[in-house]
Amino acid sequence: MEGSFDIFAVILSFFSGLLIDPVISMFERPDKLLQIVIQGTSAGVMYSLIALGFVLIFKASGVFNFAQGIMVVFAGLTVVSLIEFGVPAILAIAGAIAVMVLMAYAIERAVLRPLINQPGIILFMATIGLAFFLEGFGQTIFGADPKPVPTDALWIPSDKHRVLGDVFPKPVRIYELDLTAAGVGALIVAAILVFLNTTKLGRALRAVADDNQAALSVGIPLRVIWVLVWSLSGLFAIFAGIMWGSQSQAGFSLAILALKALPVLIIGGFTSVPGAIVGGMIIGVSEKLGEFYWRGVLGDGVEQWLGYIVALVVLLFRPQGLFGERIIERV
Amino acid sequence: MLYREAGQFKTSYQADQAMFPILQDRIWIGIVLFVAVVVIPWMANDYVLEIIMLNFLFFSLAAIGLNILTGYTGLISLGTGGFMAVGAVSSYKLAIIFPELNIIIIFLLSGLVAAAAGLVFGLPSLRIKGFYLAVATLAAQFFLDWLFLRVDWFTNASTAIEGVPRSLFGIPITGPAASPISKYSVALAFVVVFAIIAKNLVRSHVGRAWMAIRDMDIAAEIIGIRPLPTKLLAFGISSFYCGIAGSLMLFLYYDAAEPDLFDINLSFKVLFMIIIGGLGSILGSFLGAAFIVIVPILLTVAPEYLGLPISSDLAKHIEFMIFGALIIFFLIVEPHGLARLWQIAKEKLRLWPFPY
Repeated sequence: MEGSFDIFAVILSFFSGLLIDPVISMFERPDKLLQIVIQGTSAGVMYSLIALGFVLIFKASGVFNFAQGIMVVFAGLTVVSLIEFGVPAILAIAGAIAVMVLMAYAIERAVLRPLINQPGIILFMATIGLAFFLEGFGQTIFGADPKPVPTDALWIPSDKHRVLGDVFPKPVRIYELDLTAAGVGALIVAAILVFLNTTKLGRALRAVADDNQAALSVGIPLRVIWVLVWSLSGLFAIFAGIMWGSQSQAGFSLAILALKALPVLIIGGFTSVPGAIVGGMIIGVSEKLGEFYWRGVLGDGVEQWLGYIVALVVLLFRPQGLFGERIIERV
Repeated sequence: MLYREAGQFKTSYQADQAMFPILQDRIWIGIVLFVAVVVIPWMANDYVLEIIMLNFLFFSLAAIGLNILTGYTGLISLGTGGFMAVGAVSSYKLAIIFPELNIIIIFLLSGLVAAAAGLVFGLPSLRIKGFYLAVATLAAQFFLDWLFLRVDWFTNASTAIEGVPRSLFGIPITGPAASPISKYSVALAFVVVFAIIAKNLVRSHVGRAWMAIRDMDIAAEIIGIRPLPTKLLAFGISSFYCGIAGSLMLFLYYDAAEPDLFDINLSFKVLFMIIIGGLGSILGSFLGAAFIVIVPILLTVAPEYLGLPISSDLAKHIEFMIFGALIIFFLIVEPHGLARLWQIAKEKLRLWPFPY
């Protein structure tokens, strides 16, 4: 009996550590909670930036672009390397845009066009191949070592502010970098939404997303639209690459991190721009909360998988994600 | 002419239902088995046996496993590495907890543990499919990676899991004392037995149910195939194969490995094998595994041979590029992979050298 009681106590303390202790500590130190939520939000903004690139491509071509993460790394490294060569920042960004447009064209020509009308899963696997190709290509060009992003040259503010010091025992830190990422990101999203919803080209883009055969038959040039949409997502990649790089360093290890954008997509739905943003926030905040409050019972590294588990739970209740279109299947 | 099946009459149901109904196929299989069992152990040196053949055998087993899930049942999985890790870790734990247990039984049991893990992570597959399922299996991969890295119980609080030296019929087959030939024989025996089982599974009612689910799950449900047991069975059997591949890999090849050896890149590697080899083909699993094991070796050997000085880093990057390009190339040219090319070759050989 003694032994079974011990096991019971261990299980009880495990679950109290999992469910009760975090709540107590949240109430005891609200400043810490706020700090973690802010951290999570800033991580969430980064995830959203990558997820938006996915959504754009998925909406317009139905391709689940696994190479988005590596495109982000590639774009970021292009900017950083050009600046290292002594190119002014504006020209470096322009150069990166040129590279991404060129890449979009090459991808359309070499991957999408020959694979037209193939089932989505084949295209998905082709983008995995593309990811591998770009990783090898990028490492050959830029070298395998991560590079620091020259934030000064790119006019990215990197100060931190301490706020609410009079309300809480310790002030809450806010980084200008995160604010910049969120602000500029919001601007870009707004610009893209306006572009999609009001311009002729944007309408054509949505038409292609809806039904590419029908779009073709009313005279929308499919290939041009695809190049356009991959270039747009390349633009996103440049911004995301710079921002991710400024947080740590621009390097190929970010590509694995970019897989975190996948649960974001699942939560938000593959076709929804607001979904990508809200999903990013949910994943970012929940994994930072889990990492901090469950460290005691589960150990470090909870954030490596918590996002995926959260996504799984959402899937069990809403298979189409929070904002996705309802899946209707017919035989 | 070479592959003509005209004149091969089946006079019994057994003959009609044989695994390889065509005589030429049986001859081929006989030759391949002869080479694998007699010629390779006799001719090959230790390098070929260890680096090429052992790797090829483990990866073919894992590729058969993933092919059952992705190729036959249409459930795309990026968690192969995780399930292989379950197999490796549980064989290590089992070998330590039960020192008397026969090593073969340990391998089989660790396959069962991996199958259980596969069942758990396969549960969401009833409600979700396609890309969503791919992400769900990523959850399995990352969670299992983390579990084996962080929870000390699995690794007995050391950084690495180890293959425990064991012998079979008095001959050491794992650990430092084992000779490459004995390791090779064990791996070969496992692969042959499980390839035959897989081949028979996919042409039985189980395999047909899997393929029906793959082709259109709702239609399959309407004709009376229950989706949940069918999909879960595919997950379980697939993970069983991957688990055994993982534990063989640890015990026969690495001897000691950190659990993060079985990371997401391993999952991709096995996925590439079945794409290049052919989705929905047991033969394709072997061809793909051979391809992916041999190409990197050629890529490192070829520059030396040609006298080009290429650093090992650059060779690795180029290997990535060639892999990626090959995947895209195969998807464009032949979405059904090397196995399909073999099919086409057979059809050509049926008439060759005559025009009709």
